Amino acid sequence: MSAEPALPVPSLSPFGLTSIVVRFAWTTSDMATRAVQNFKYAVDQSNILGIVETATALASVIISFDRAITTRAAVSQQVQQVLDGTDWTITPPPPVRRIWHIPVAFGGDYGPQLDQVAQMIGRTPDQAVAEIAQTDLRVLSIGFAPGQPYVGLLDPHWNIPRQTELTPHVPAGALVVAIRQLVLFTNPSVTGWRQVGYCAFRPFVAERTNPFALELGDLMKFQVVSHTDMAQIEATAENGLGGARCESVSPQ
Amino acid sequence: MNVQLIVKRAGPAMTLQDLGRPNRLAQGLSQGGAADRLALLEAAALLGTQTVLPAIEMAGFGGEFQTTAPLRFALTGGAMAAQIDDTPLMWNRTYTLYPKQTLKLGSVVRGSYGYLTPAAPLATPAWQDSQSAHLLAGIGAMLQSGTRLDLGTDPNLSQPDRKISPSDRFSGGFIRIIPGPQTCLFSSQTVERFLNTRFQRSPQANRQGVRLDGADPFAAQIPAGLASEFITTGDIQMTGQGVPYVLLAECQTIGGYPRIATVIPADIPKMAQAPVGSMIEFDLIPLEQADHDCIDDAKMLQSLRAKVAPCIRDPHDIPNLLGYQLISGMIAGTEFDEDTNDAIN
Repeated sequence: MSAEPALPVPSLSPFGLTSIVVRFAWTTSDMATRAVQNFKYAVDQSNILGIVETATALASVIISFDRAITTRAAVSQQVQQVLDGTDWTITPPPPVRRIWHIPVAFGGDYGPQLDQVAQMIGRTPDQAVAEIAQTDLRVLSIGFAPGQPYVGLLDPHWNIPRQTELTPHVPAGALVVAIRQLVLFTNPSVTGWRQVGYCAFRPFVAERTNPFALELGDLMKFQVVSHTDMAQIEATAENGLGGARCESVSPQ
Repeated sequence: MNVQLIVKRAGPAMTLQDLGRPNRLAQGLSQGGAADRLALLEAAALLGTQTVLPAIEMAGFGGEFQTTAPLRFALTGGAMAAQIDDTPLMWNRTYTLYPKQTLKLGSVVRGSYGYLTPAAPLATPAWQDSQSAHLLAGIGAMLQSGTRLDLGTDPNLSQPDRKISPSDRFSGGFIRIIPGPQTCLFSSQTVERFLNTRFQRSPQANRQGVRLDGADPFAAQIPAGLASEFITTGDIQMTGQGVPYVLLAECQTIGGYPRIATVIPADIPKMAQAPVGSMIEFDLIPLEQADHDCIDDAKMLQSLRAKVAPCIRDPHDIPNLLGYQLISGMIAGTEFDEDTNDAIN
């Protein structure tokens, strides 16, 4: 615990021999989360020669390049040009290309910590669920496990800390919340986040034709279903999609 | 002709590995692939295959193997006690296994990961362009006793056996590192102490990473709530207690522990192969030098192909010289009818 490191942000750092990292903040913040989404989109749009992948963490963007095609210096210079002169925290969010509609059961065995979370944010459980269902949430980052999304951002009063005690087990499909974000677990996990809901949708199924269902930037609409309906969905849904539906949005 | 390689007995940590799946960070999947990629390139050079073929990666212990048709294979990486039936084998060379013979691979005697590479490609479909098991991600599985691997065709079945001298990477030593995006979280004194420390490779190691023992904790000056960032193979993370872990092929994609530096790709094989208890020291090199020295897989394979030599029956190549009947000519008469192995009796 100490002051922010001397390295100012946003900053561009070499990372290994084939990547650079653009960091917008050292700690997670709404501003940084917005900036990384917007900046990644801008880099993707700029079609810089030799970039093979871009991806977002919560406060930084990784840009990987092919050494056979370009050099770190060339990529860094062009990325710096994209970075300079724009306040990435206030540019409009990237356009929505896909909308996922995902059935979720909240509370009870499906969301054992819903009541606690509702209390922490000063809402009734029903109000908390309605807010999750009504907020425009995007896939902000994918990681820790394959295909596992970090979804956000919820409104500022959802800025609740992680638990100090870990929950020893949440199932695959658990929808957990902390720091204005939701995580949808792809595997059974230990977690410091609080479980409010459950879905039968599995973002990653190795055997599925499309193993990775989600992409960075996807809009996530959580549809509230009853516990009875969730049991029914679990019994019938195939391919780990859990009744979820993906809607393509044609470009404007 | 198609062949089945039969895993008669599997060691405890055997998986299929090729060069993995690069550029899937956006999906939360690390590259994975062989812990010692160089061993796969050496196998391709030895076998004379066009491409780098999937190998059976064996952490610490080998297994027993049979085949349904003649099958060339290469043994590379960490050397293991090896024999076909009762005939001892050399490491870092090719052999042919015939039906009814059993290839037996024991414990690793140098390094940590041994590789058995069949000269025929796997016939089973790849997942996302790779045959690599990625257990952390739930892709593939450990190879079990009784597994039968369907292989395609070896177009060079009659190629004479060949050998290669591997680069020395099986006993720890100096590992080259470059600064990374979080090196600045460590004071220059801490970095200095890190560079002046002789570490020991801990027994705590797997395909995700290797722990290093032998030093007081290395503290980072981290802001409260440090955001998780992308991590990669070679990153040296300081875990909660300040103990360094070097990440290997099957690491996660995002991590929250501060990272002091990154091992250059060329030295990952040496890091992965360092045996338990071996000494590890780090050498910080400028990024420009690392860039300049970096050799891509295609060029590396080309240079390895040039190092491959035919196996001639030089006495140095005969593994158990004493087992041969060098003096059988000294005794007269009847022994010519006997099994040469019994001639001294």
